Amino acid sequence: MANAVGAPLKRKEDPRLLTGNGCFADDIQLPGMLHAVILRSPHAHAKIKKINVEEALKSPHVIAVYTGKDLEGKIGPVPSSWLVPDCNLKEAPQYPLAIDRVRYVGDGVALIIADDRYAARDALDLIDVEYEVLPAAVRQKEAMQKGAPLVHDDIENNIALHWKAGEVAEEIMENAEVVVQESFYVQRVFPSPIETRAAIGQYNPGSEELTLWCTSQNPHIHRMVLAGVLGISEAKLRVIAPDMGGGFGGKIGVYPDEALIGYAARDLGRPVKWIEQRSEHFTSSNAGRDEVIDVELAGNRDGTLTAIRVKNTANLGAYLSTMGPGVSTIDFGLMITGAYDIPHASCETFGVYTNTTPTDAYRGAGKPEATYQIERIIDLYAREIGMDPLELRKKNLVRKEAFPYTNAQGLVYDSGDYEKPLQKALEIVNYEQLRQEQEKLRKQGKLIGIGLSTYVELCGFGPSKVAGAIGFQGGVWENSTVRVHPSGKVTVYSGTSPHGQGHATTFGQIVADKLGVPMEDIELVFSDTKAISMSWGTYGSRSTAVGGAAVAIAADRVVEKAKKIAAHELEAAVEDITFENGVFQVKGVPGQQRTFQEIAKSANMAWNLPEGMEPSLEAQSFFDPENFVYPFGTHIAIVEVDKETGEIEWKRYVCVDDVGRVINPLTAEGQVHGGVAQGVGQALWEGAIYSKEGQLLSGTLMDYALPKARFFPHIESSFTETLSPVNPLGAKGVGETGTTASIPAVMNAVMDALKPYGVKDIEMPLTPEKVWRAIQNGEGN
Amino acid sequence: MAIENRKVTVTVNGQERSAEVEPRKLLVHYLRDDLGLTGTHIGCDTSQCGACTITVNGDAVKSCTMLAVQADGAEIMTVEGLGTRNELHPMQQSFWEEHGLQCGYCTPGVMMAMIGLLKENPNPSEEEIREGMEGVICRCTGYQFIVSAVQKAAKIMAEANEKNDQKVAASQLVGEGNL
Ligand code: FES
Ligand code: FES
Repeated sequence: MANAVGAPLKRKEDPRLLTGNGCFADDIQLPGMLHAVILRSPHAHAKIKKINVEEALKSPHVIAVYTGKDLEGKIGPVPSSWLVPDCNLKEAPQYPLAIDRVRYVGDGVALIIADDRYAARDALDLIDVEYEVLPAAVRQKEAMQKGAPLVHDDIENNIALHWKAGEVAEEIMENAEVVVQESFYVQRVFPSPIETRAAIGQYNPGSEELTLWCTSQNPHIHRMVLAGVLGISEAKLRVIAPDMGGGFGGKIGVYPDEALIGYAARDLGRPVKWIEQRSEHFTSSNAGRDEVIDVELAGNRDGTLTAIRVKNTANLGAYLSTMGPGVSTIDFGLMITGAYDIPHASCETFGVYTNTTPTDAYRGAGKPEATYQIERIIDLYAREIGMDPLELRKKNLVRKEAFPYTNAQGLVYDSGDYEKPLQKALEIVNYEQLRQEQEKLRKQGKLIGIGLSTYVELCGFGPSKVAGAIGFQGGVWENSTVRVHPSGKVTVYSGTSPHGQGHATTFGQIVADKLGVPMEDIELVFSDTKAISMSWGTYGSRSTAVGGAAVAIAADRVVEKAKKIAAHELEAAVEDITFENGVFQVKGVPGQQRTFQEIAKSANMAWNLPEGMEPSLEAQSFFDPENFVYPFGTHIAIVEVDKETGEIEWKRYVCVDDVGRVINPLTAEGQVHGGVAQGVGQALWEGAIYSKEGQLLSGTLMDYALPKARFFPHIESSFTETLSPVNPLGAKGVGETGTTASIPAVMNAVMDALKPYGVKDIEMPLTPEKVWRAIQNGEGN
Repeated sequence: MAIENRKVTVTVNGQERSAEVEPRKLLVHYLRDDLGLTGTHIGCDTSQCGACTITVNGDAVKSCTMLAVQADGAEIMTVEGLGTRNELHPMQQSFWEEHGLQCGYCTPGVMMAMIGLLKENPNPSEEEIREGMEGVICRCTGYQFIVSAVQKAAKIMAEANEKNDQKVAASQLVGEGNL
């Protein structure tokens, strides 16, 4: 049988999705179901003077209206799950509905429950809220100033956290031949899954069980946190993530809204459905990034880099989101040296409360920002010393021999061969010739730019004791059960919670190889806390490296047990049994064999098992990885900038990623494409715009440029494979690499194109107008 | 403000269906909530995302831009009418083979939009496909594999048409007693 792992198999989940048989949250209809809408604050900052719900309650369709005051003492605040230590973290309680003060446009003010979808929305206009508008703190650097409006009265200067890692002695900076300094803004963007968020609650007053279907990337985290918020036993709360239309980090968070729906379903004893509107999503779902990054890179004229010093001022929004505090600190600050052997590094992060929607992990979470600053400053450093940015990279990349490599911030990079994807990418684009052509075209007045990004990323968090040490309120292990039925068909349970990644296929491939059964015989179960024991979900590109590893180990255990049964039946020693292509065979005795299916039957019938063996054929694994995994690679963007219009035209986009073992090249490439699209989106088109008053001006799909098909170049994607030693698959992670790598690749390309004008930075997104202005300014100089 | 409900009857995926609805009800809600055809999705409230695309009398239409009452009497096709698991429409088959979907949320709308495109332009270039996708948004795939899927579907459909034409031509010959 050909190996399934490594083959570009079509996905198991697709026939369902392609025929309209998916089951997304809004597809769920329950008897007697009610519809919820949430009235949200139109002000960034205001006192709630009075809420009048009389009119709404008069509507024949309205069943109930809840305000923050109604819920006081009944539901607790929704806590953050990343309490980063040693940074004087100040967590302000976020109640599911604002009680006397709203703190961002989109803050929940009232929950309306009606018996009809449209009538529920009508009732929004029937609630009268009297506000006293307060001045708002919107941008992080201003919010930290003395005298800025306070988002939470008792939190001085709006500083939620002040975190430091690493030291760079002053004399290192002073004695450096070159110090290049720049300030970058990695702007706020919206993860924007095409399915918005949703929650459906159903309560059984008899059994007192609450079932909550919600758009969650991590149903067990939702259960754990919401059980506390709602004051219900975890054993009586079932959280199910149905099919989900993407997440990208935006559905990691445990949101007040989900607590509200669970509460209302229990209170009313009827199922309640809440579907977020797209325009609502922009203000009420966690956003990503929003970090101002000041960086200094020091070294010699010959290109030897000696130190990097970074300050990150991060906009955390009005409350700490589920992962929020960890993004600009741990995720970012420990990765600031990127793929380079820079001996000294320090990072100082301020996390700042503002009157904006909270920010949380968005595809890459901190790593795109870390990669952005290092890849951009490397280019500027090369420019400063008159070296090709490729040469500077080559000179400083961590060498293959150095792995496992400890970076200046103490992280141990598991494995790597950074030159390998770099060389491959250079060959694909024919770098030297490309530079010559660029030179030639420049002389003709054409602005061609070549942008490199030689990135490394951290993902697949582990082990759990490290997670604990960095304040993560959870474990980072994963869990899988492989259950073999009497027929030899297999059900696999995994604690990851896929929503587009295709785990049913890739995990199926792992099991198919291990058990020697065809893909059709394997079904996967995810995303239901009642079916799957404790686990931690899908984010941070952890699913294959951690979840897939658990699947592999559980499958190995099944084989181990099956082998013993086969040996027993064949009256041979276990050591003499081989297992290949689904057949147990006594070594050297042809015909003395059992199929996997025969053993499955034997194990389940238990008529004749080895002495002392328990019946059934099933194994579980709880896998806690010994370290993070570190995928890496090279992306090269080639663009042409139109001098007259500032428009950017794609020439090529080439990426070579090394994500460890590739389980399915087709889905892996899909992940890269999608990741690149989101990164390029950030670089060129996407960006949240808030007014000074804290109004979100880019709050609908008409105002926020989610990229369309015609915006993109053809992406030329390929892989190299450097296995990870930290899990049995050798896998790393592929979900976020594309985003992490592409933002600086595109920016470097455009800055390279504008080099003749001396342009060093333009704030993202690179709209034609901004580019055109930069050219005009450059010409003026 | 009691406005009377109206009966809306459509032929959807070859079947006549009807339901009483509020005159303001969007077609997409009528299909999903009243007729139970949940394969058509909703991704926005400003008619940008195209997740709700269906065909109405053969043309691709965003079903959130139409009222149910406006569709009274219309011939509608949704993703449920395309093909079944064992007999996938070439568009579905190609999306499957070329990995044109990840979360699958945009997919029904994108496929319907692309069927609309191929009706107008049976042999589109990559650029024309990308432009033809102006009305839809996919956040997962970066579109590239969607483009490959549409190219493949176009090819399969063109071949099938050719075969059909030959069959029709052959049967005409038979009918004329020339064979
Ligand atoms: S739902 Fe977005 S266009 Fe119809
Ligand atoms: S496949 Fe997820 S939005 Fe298109």
